[in-house]
Amino acid sequence: MGTHGAARQASSPRRQKVLAISSGGGHWVELLRLRPAFDGHFMVFVTVDETYRAHVGSAPLRVVPDTTRWDRLGMLRCAAQVLRVLLEERPDVVVSTGALPGFFGVVLGRALGARTIWVDSLANVDELSMSGQKVGRFADLWLTQWPELARPGGPRFAGSVLG
Amino acid sequence: MKLLLTVGAQMPFDRLVAGMDAWAAQNPSARVTAQIGDSTLHTAHLDAQRFLEPARFDQACDEADAIVGHAGIGTLFAALERGKPVLVLPRRADLRETRNDHQLATARRFGERPGVVVVWEERELPDGLERLQALVRAAPGVAQPALREGRLFDVIRDFVDTGALPPSGAS
Repeated sequence: MGTHGAARQASSPRRQKVLAISSGGGHWVELLRLRPAFDGHFMVFVTVDETYRAHVGSAPLRVVPDTTRWDRLGMLRCAAQVLRVLLEERPDVVVSTGALPGFFGVVLGRALGARTIWVDSLANVDELSMSGQKVGRFADLWLTQWPELARPGGPRFAGSVLG
Repeated sequence: MKLLLTVGAQMPFDRLVAGMDAWAAQNPSARVTAQIGDSTLHTAHLDAQRFLEPARFDQACDEADAIVGHAGIGTLFAALERGKPVLVLPRRADLRETRNDHQLATARRFGERPGVVVVWEERELPDGLERLQALVRAAPGVAQPALREGRLFDVIRDFVDTGALPPSGAS
């Protein structure tokens, strides 16, 4: 963050708590890439792999179990853990790049009063991810990174993490 | 020539790993560090591990002249962020290498970017690696434009600070 963060902090209306949540692999890489967009705010990372701690520096990182939509019990466990983290952290903003853990983060975060951001992964080139489609009703800022996938009722296209 | 091969840290992708092992056998001057996931292949010509810890993975990316991998976002970003050339072979669902064919689409789209070589079949691997090496030789370290923080970052900053939303639809 450094001086840029400090400058933003002074000019921003309020320093917010941002909970950034995703599963592993590409989802996580894209989430990390978005980090500068939250300079000046307080960040908490939530992911599925303890070893990712090395990526977030001094920011707190919480681990939840990963899951897929073919695993009902796993989904329940994951959602319960995400809910627990949200209740403990009480973020102002929840941001996710997918997949299911992020979906739960956005849906439950919204229910708890957070403002929510979904950035559908670049890996979803031809259509939104299943999570990305279903999350639309719960994401205040619902984004695809491919212009062809934008629709009048959302998701919106506003550029990509590639710049 | 130093290469980093990555197929992610989970499902094996032995078409690519075996292909790279065979290529490395034919090209002894190349050094290939590899993250091969849950593979049971014996790879005599790769410096292979199932999983590279994030810090070790980042270091291997920094040291490599170019990156080779499955067509995952992690592979592509590792190269794009560092301005290094990258070769990808997409995983295929019909071969049970992944659950769906999203890597084919990713490869198609990212293949349009400079510095990205796509091979669609493992038999094209030697040719693709030839093209990759040509990219390294042509412009070491600058084969790719660096990633920028474009409009998406401003849109998110505005939303967090003020709750403002960008225009809807394909803008």
